[in-house]
Parts: sequence; structure tokens; C-alpha cells
Amino acid sequence: MPQNEYMERWRKLHGRRLDHEEKTRKKAAREGHKQSYEAQNLRGLRAKLRAQERRKEKIQMRKQIKAHEERDVKTANQNDPSEPMPAYLLDRSNPSTAKAISSQIKNKRAEKAARFSVPLPKVRGLAEEEVFSVVHTGKKTHKKSWKRMITKPTFVGPNFTRRDPKHERFIRPMGLRYKKAHVTHKELGVTVNLPILSVKKNPSSPLYTNLGVLTRGTIIEVDVSDLGLTSASGKVVWGRYAQVTNNPENDGCLNAVLLT
Amino acid sequence: MATIPPPPSKRQKRETLALTQTQQDATAKFASADAGSFKARFVDSEGNETDAVEIPLADASEKNVSLLYNTLLGRDREEFIPYRFHIQNAQGDVVQYPSNLLEYFQKNDISPNEITITLVAEPQAVFRVQAVSRLAHRIPGHGQPILTSQFSPKTSSRFATGSGDCTARIWDADTGTPKFTLKGHAGWVLDVRWSPDGELLATCSMDKTLRIWDPETGTLLNHELRGHKDAVLQAAWEPYHLRENGQRLIVSASRDATARVWNVGTGRTEHVLSGHKSSVTCVKWGAGGENGTGLIYTGSHDKNVRVWNASAGTLVHELAGHKHWVNHIALSSDFALRTGYFDHTNDIPSSDADKKAKAKARFEASGKTERLVSASDDLTMILWDPANAGKKPVARLHGHQKAVNHVAFSPDGTVIASTGWDNHTRIWNARDGSFIRKLLGHVAPVFQCAFSADSRLLVTASRDTTLKVWNVRGGKLARDLPGHEDEVYTVDWAPSANNVCSGGKDKAVRLWRN
Repeated sequence: MPQNEYMERWRKLHGRRLDHEEKTRKKAAREGHKQSYEAQNLRGLRAKLRAQERRKEKIQMRKQIKAHEERDVKTANQNDPSEPMPAYLLDRSNPSTAKAISSQIKNKRAEKAARFSVPLPKVRGLAEEEVFSVVHTGKKTHKKSWKRMITKPTFVGPNFTRRDPKHERFIRPMGLRYKKAHVTHKELGVTVNLPILSVKKNPSSPLYTNLGVLTRGTIIEVDVSDLGLTSASGKVVWGRYAQVTNNPENDGCLNAVLLT
Repeated sequence: MATIPPPPSKRQKRETLALTQTQQDATAKFASADAGSFKARFVDSEGNETDAVEIPLADASEKNVSLLYNTLLGRDREEFIPYRFHIQNAQGDVVQYPSNLLEYFQKNDISPNEITITLVAEPQAVFRVQAVSRLAHRIPGHGQPILTSQFSPKTSSRFATGSGDCTARIWDADTGTPKFTLKGHAGWVLDVRWSPDGELLATCSMDKTLRIWDPETGTLLNHELRGHKDAVLQAAWEPYHLRENGQRLIVSASRDATARVWNVGTGRTEHVLSGHKSSVTCVKWGAGGENGTGLIYTGSHDKNVRVWNASAGTLVHELAGHKHWVNHIALSSDFALRTGYFDHTNDIPSSDADKKAKAKARFEASGKTERLVSASDDLTMILWDPANAGKKPVARLHGHQKAVNHVAFSPDGTVIASTGWDNHTRIWNARDGSFIRKLLGHVAPVFQCAFSADSRLLVTASRDTTLKVWNVRGGKLARDLPGHEDEVYTVDWAPSANNVCSGGKDKAVRLWRN
């Protein structure tokens, strides 16, 4: 038995206190009162933390309530899908119809105005001071200050190896490298974790594009072969562009939307 | 072409390498001129044998042998039927007639002078359907995805489609224009069926009813057929030659686990075929059974296929064998029963009795007994012969890696094509259910397939938005037909011409021609 589990040990040896059930019941019964007290009286950071906690709880509650409601509702044609499909597809759990959307997307892109539109047209520019920090290790490096560390998340290719220290002008820290992104398909309403193929454009600077810096508004190419989209001539679509929608350096994850 | 053939297999590569590395015997090819002759005996599909004849090797091309066989049978020149041959070897295996017979003999160590070779003759259609190659018409009209389509047996210029917009439409295939809109259903139209004489059209719908229309005027024939408690999924007409005193019967399969036989004239239910425990997905009306009085075959989600006596409405067999839903069933006589007394010659008998006689003759020519193949979600198909083998399966067809969605007998009844969720189509021998070949090319589930009337070509429709036309014998892709903007749900090949109609999620009917 691990050293620190003395409470469990005691319980095994002697059992619970005799009034344990009563006490837990009472505690649970007073939970509402405690919540109310805290909601009214907490101030400052503690209030903020509590609000944050409470918000998450509420989201969970709402989800659960919705699930219960859906379960309880009984309709005549519960299983019938909303859009028409042939008899041999009825009663099957059809995988999301990614294909339908891809043709819509194609039509839309044919219109010229839509061709270059992206979900996030404007993002804040990033100055070099913000993205790069100067590295001062060693006498020579310190004196000339030519080495930079990238402080933002980056994507490096699959077979990337670092250059030798003498020639490595930009250091891309291991901890800030990303290989996959949570990509949302808006029409399908699904989010899939897809491998990144490349960074196509960082709107702040072409240098960032070359370095693969991932910031909000960056256009990345993702591998959508899992989604099973096909082109008009019946080939599987492989790479597809997506735009980063969150601040990955703050959030620790990479979210993106597929471009339409 | 969108489809790139797969890279050569290791075996193919090895063979080509061996070919380049070893010195070829240049005389081998020309040896056939004086290679002598071999003895062959012909066997037809019924098992009738001819006496052995001697054939010079130099002239033993398949075409010549076909001519020889025709003369042996004592046919006139006008009655000649093209044949293709299979060689039955000593072990009982069957191989296709090789292009170079001498090479085949050498490879298999057969000395043709010593043994008699058995050639299994398969009659081919006397006419030839050409592969469709171009999009002739794109006809918009339906407001929702097209779920089903079928050509009229009477003429290849009419076909009907059913759609999610609760209408069925009849189209003129010659001009590519809409002919009639059949309004009235309150739910999606899941199936359209032409009667074998082409005089009536039945539509099945999600609104639990079946409606019968007159395709000449586009009007509803007296009343709708109500009685099912859930969506009607499929219907099948009574074979033409079984019609009695002018009654026209139709059977419909429904999700309420029953099938119903209706009298179209009175609108009454003749029989309720109940017994399945789950949705009945497909129904066929065959002309087999004792004294040829007709059998109804139903496949269901309860994993069983049931065979019913059509006239009495009683259960004959319950064919159990599948481990999951039965998705589709096909009969060897499907084509003959669908087209009734219409054939490629265009001569239609004038009297009713003659029509029945011709329809019956066509049914009997489609095979000795009526065979049934059922495709299932358990990745297999089963070939049944209810007349001879009863409840015992003839063969179980293994090979698909995902559920099998659609299965079809070729019009001449020699091969079976099956399509499935694993993106490929498979061709099987209809006699013993042996696997022949796999047609690779689609990149998404293949929903349906349709044979051309001469059984030489097969068209498949897939989720990957294309149709593909295949050469059944060679297994080659004959045509790739992109053009749909979305999933293709249905495809049908006209029974008498080079027309293919297809429809799908992009709401426009497409008509393909040579």
C-alpha cells in the first residue's frame, strides 16, 4: 500500500464514523446555500475563478438537459433523415455527407468575389520584437546578437532537423511545434484533428510564412483525406486550406476552419 | 481519364523482367502454321455434348471455333449465334479461351494430339451494345435528389425517375425533355417500376402508399394502394406470362415487415405476406415454382430471404444463412421478366396469347431453373436455387470487404455483378458462384450497377460522383463518365438500346449515350 493512503487504511481497519451518512447528506443538502453564499460574497480573483468554474458547470448541465429532452421526445419517423435518400441508404447510420458540401464549395469559389475571401480577413500584425527574442548565449553570440528564438508556435516539416548552432539563426522551440490542428468543417458542423501539411501564408510577414509561424489568421494546408471528400472527376481530395482561428500561443492548441 | 490503373503487381513486374532477360524462342509464334491439330468436344450450358472434332491449330481462333460449332449444330447461316468458349481441363477447372492456343498448350504441358479438349460454349447476344461515352442530356426538373430510375421495357425513349420532392417524372430520352410529372405522393418516391408490358408505372413512396400511373397520359390509375403501415420500399410486377384473365398484380415490400400483393384493377390487397421480423428491403416476383405458377422472393433486415407461393400467398421456404441484413436480391430471370415479350428484334406479337407465349419462351430461355442471389451486410452473398436445392445455399460468395449493397444477374444469366461499400465491383460466375474478377476504379462506395442488354458491359454508379462503364469479360474500364456534381444514387441501362440514365443528389437527371 502506498505510504500516503493512511485514510483509506484507517477506514479499512475501523470502518466509517457512525454518523458518516448523515453528515454527507447534510453537507450535500447545504451545497446550494454554500454556493449562494459564495456567489454573493466572493470578491476579486476568487470571484472570477468561481464564475469561471460555475460557467463550465452550467454548460455541462445544459448539455445534459438537452440530451434528456432529446431522449424523451418520441416522433413517428424518428429515424428518417431530413434529406431524401434512396431506400438502400435508409436505416443506415450514414457517415456525414462531406461530399455534398464540397460541390457547394466549388460553386461558391467559382464566383470571383468569393475566391479570395477568408473567414478572418483582418488580423493584428505582429512585430518582429514580439515574435523573436534575441539569444545571448556565449560571448560571440552575445556581442553580435544575431541569433533569434521564435516565441510563437510553429510548424516544421516532418523531416526537419536543426542546423548546427553556428548557422542556426532562428530557433524554433520543440515545445511550441505543432503537427496537427483541430479543423472545423462549417457546413458539416464537424471538427476533426487533421495533420498539417504546410504553412501557406502568415499574413504578418513572408518571413513568418517561411519559418512556419502559426498565429491567428495564418493559412495552413491540412490533410483532409480522412474526410473522404472527392472532386468532380471522382478523385479523393487530399490537401485543403484552412485558416487558424485562435491564438495558439495562449491556448496551447491549434484551431482552424476549412476555407470555403 | 480520371482513373489511373493500379501499378503493376510484383508478379507482373517479375514476368516482364523475366521476358526481357530470357531469350525468346522466335519460332514459337510461327510454329502454329504447321502445328497440326487438336481434338475438341463441345459442351453447352445444359450439358449436351457433341462428338469430338478435329480442329487445325492454325485456324483455332475463337471466332472460327464459334462458326464451327454453329455448323455442327446444323444451323443456317442466318441463325448463327456468336459463342465464347471456356476450356475445361482435366482437373475440372475452367479457363477462358486463350488468344494463343498453342502457347496455352505449351504452358500447361498438354499435348493436343493425345487428349480431347472439352470446350464449354456460352452463347453471346447476337447484337452488340456500345459503351456509352458522352453526356447527351442533363435534364433539370426535380427539386430534390433523385432516388430511383428505370427505363421502360417497351421503348428506350421513355424512362421514369422518382425523387425526394415527392414526385415521379417520366422523361423523353430521345429529346431529353420532361414528359409528365406524376404528382400526388406525400413522401419521397423510393421506387419506380414499369410493368413488363410497359403499360403501367408503379411508384412506391415514404407516405406508405403505392400508386399506379398510366405512362401514356401521366394520370393516376383509379386509386392509390393503401394498407402498409410504413414506407413502401420496393415493388415488383407479376411476370407477364403469368397474368390470368386480365388481372394485373403487383407486390410491394415495406418497412412494416410485410409485403402485400395488390390487384391493380380493383385496388384490393390479395395477400399480405407477413412473417418477416423486420423491414422488408427488397422483393422480386419470379416465374419459377411448381408448374411455373410464380414465386415471390423477399429479403429483409431480419437476415432471411423468404420464398412465397405467389398465387396462394403461402410461405414456401425460409432461406436462412446470412448473419446480417439482406440488402438486395436478384433473380437470374430478372431481365427476361422485366422486359416480358419485348426483345431486340422489335417484332411484337399481336394477340394476347402470342405475347404470353413469347414472354414465357423468353423466361424459359433465361435458364433451366430460376436462381436467386442475395447480398447482405455480412460482407457475403449467397447463391440459392430454391427449385432444386431448396433451403440449401448453392454457394456462398466471399470476397467483399464491406457490406454488399447491390447485386445483379447479367441478362444472359452467366455472371453476377455485385457492388459494395468497399469501393469495388466484383464479377462472379453465376453457375457455381466462383469469383471471376474485381473491378477497381471507384474511390467511394459503389451504390448500383446495371448490365447492358448484351451482357458485355456493366455501368456502375458511385458516391464519388462518377459512372464507370466496364467491360465484363476483360474487366477493363471501358469508359469513365464524370459529370455528376454529387453522389449518384441510381443508374439504369435501357433494355433495348445504348441509353443510360442516372440520377443522384445533384437533382438533375443525366442521360448518357454512345
